[in-house]
Amino acid sequence: MASYTLNTPFDEKTMRSLYVRDLVTINGHIFGMRDKNMIHCFDKGNELPVSLDGFPILHTAPSLKKVGDRWEKIIIGTTTSTRMDRFSPALMEQYGSRAIIGKSGLYQGSLDAMGRFGACYLAIVGGAAAIETTQIEEVEEVYWPQLHPEAIYKLRVKGFGPLIVAMDSHGNNLYADVQAEAQERLPQIYRNYGILTE
Amino acid sequence: MGKFSYQLVEDIAKELYIRALKVLPPDVREALRRAYERETNPTARTIFETIFKSIEISDTKDMLICQDTGLPIYMVEIGGGFAVDGAKIKAALAEGAKRATVEHPFRGSSLHPVTRENPQTSIGKGLPIIYWDFNPEADYLDILMMPKGSGSENMSAMKMFTPAEGLNAVKKFIIDTVTNSGGNPCPPGIIGVGIGGTADLVGVLAKKAISRPVGTRNPDTFFAKMEEELEEAINGTGIGPMGLGGDITTLAVHIEWAYTHITQNPVAVNTQCWAARRARAKIWADGRVEYGF
Repeated sequence: MASYTLNTPFDEKTMRSLYVRDLVTINGHIFGMRDKNMIHCFDKGNELPVSLDGFPILHTAPSLKKVGDRWEKIIIGTTTSTRMDRFSPALMEQYGSRAIIGKSGLYQGSLDAMGRFGACYLAIVGGAAAIETTQIEEVEEVYWPQLHPEAIYKLRVKGFGPLIVAMDSHGNNLYADVQAEAQERLPQIYRNYGILTE
Repeated sequence: MGKFSYQLVEDIAKELYIRALKVLPPDVREALRRAYERETNPTARTIFETIFKSIEISDTKDMLICQDTGLPIYMVEIGGGFAVDGAKIKAALAEGAKRATVEHPFRGSSLHPVTRENPQTSIGKGLPIIYWDFNPEADYLDILMMPKGSGSENMSAMKMFTPAEGLNAVKKFIIDTVTNSGGNPCPPGIIGVGIGGTADLVGVLAKKAISRPVGTRNPDTFFAKMEEELEEAINGTGIGPMGLGGDITTLAVHIEWAYTHITQNPVAVNTQCWAARRARAKIWADGRVEYGF
């Protein structure tokens, strides 16, 4: 369980050096993305208006207000990643993102893509939006603003974390490991509480 | 001070929504602290520490705890002899929820289920959700506000059991539902369980179960013991905070129950995240208001 502070953009070598349970804190830029903008890109055939080369994506659910031509933060938190799973391999392999930040993890296809491309899934603490918002210094750009609050947000972050490496480029998936361990424990738990199993 | 009015109820409905989103109840904070003391997994301990820092920031900077402003739920309890116009209270709660959303402002998280159009008001057909109850012992109007986030609500489950399946099948269903949810509901939170009633009542019972202060026990000793057992069993799975492994998967299991039909045994699990938000106000006829949780 090593701790790293990483500056964006990330390179392949750095991402391949990370293993599950490592902690990562990020300085630089990350891109807030979620359901609607990914559907707009992949299902409706629009090229992303920005390069993700080496940058992390955050599965975000932002609450912002526009003051003049600036977007001010009200609260920015993280949403459940599994909904966006099917877009993840292409965001890495086609658009170059080296890290996906979210909660609850992604599925096997995304894990395989992380192995091929050299990327990680970084777990954030869900519900801890207050700390997350203060670690975002500024909403620098909003792409596809017509999709707000599901536009694409370029966020400048400082000390963003700690994030937990939950899926790595070596085929490890901490969520799957924890779930497998739980399933293994269940028969004994049923016995301990007198719950009969067939 | 002054006199009870429906404008006062509206103002309080607004205030309660905002308070609930910003001020985590003391029992939830205490339960998280106790859980942290028992937690041995280093990753899980890091998660708890981040939670505590985030709560502190939300307190000191007057920020929302979580960006998910949820669906607004008001649980109203009318004291015996407290004469009120229910229709006017209903309208006041809706207007209060709307004003909280628009005037604070924060993200309206509710929308039309088919067109997916979001009016950014937090209200609409069927919203806010209001539950009515009556308390002959009270000389006041009690309003409990709970914003319910989707990460946890999406992991809820209901099943109609038969009498022949017995209590063990019920316990297994509850444990399995929580285990299979993994990190999705932002554990460790409250597992609300409803047992009995009908298919609809059982869900309300489970929702009322998560509205109880963490650690309070069902007054019936049988169900109190079942709460304790289920807590131990669920924490034994090792799912842990955010589903990343650890000793603490739930802060508490709360059960609420009702009589049911001779042929049936409905069971519902309503999952609540660690940010178990709620805010309460008691209003007296002379216009006195007491805020709490």
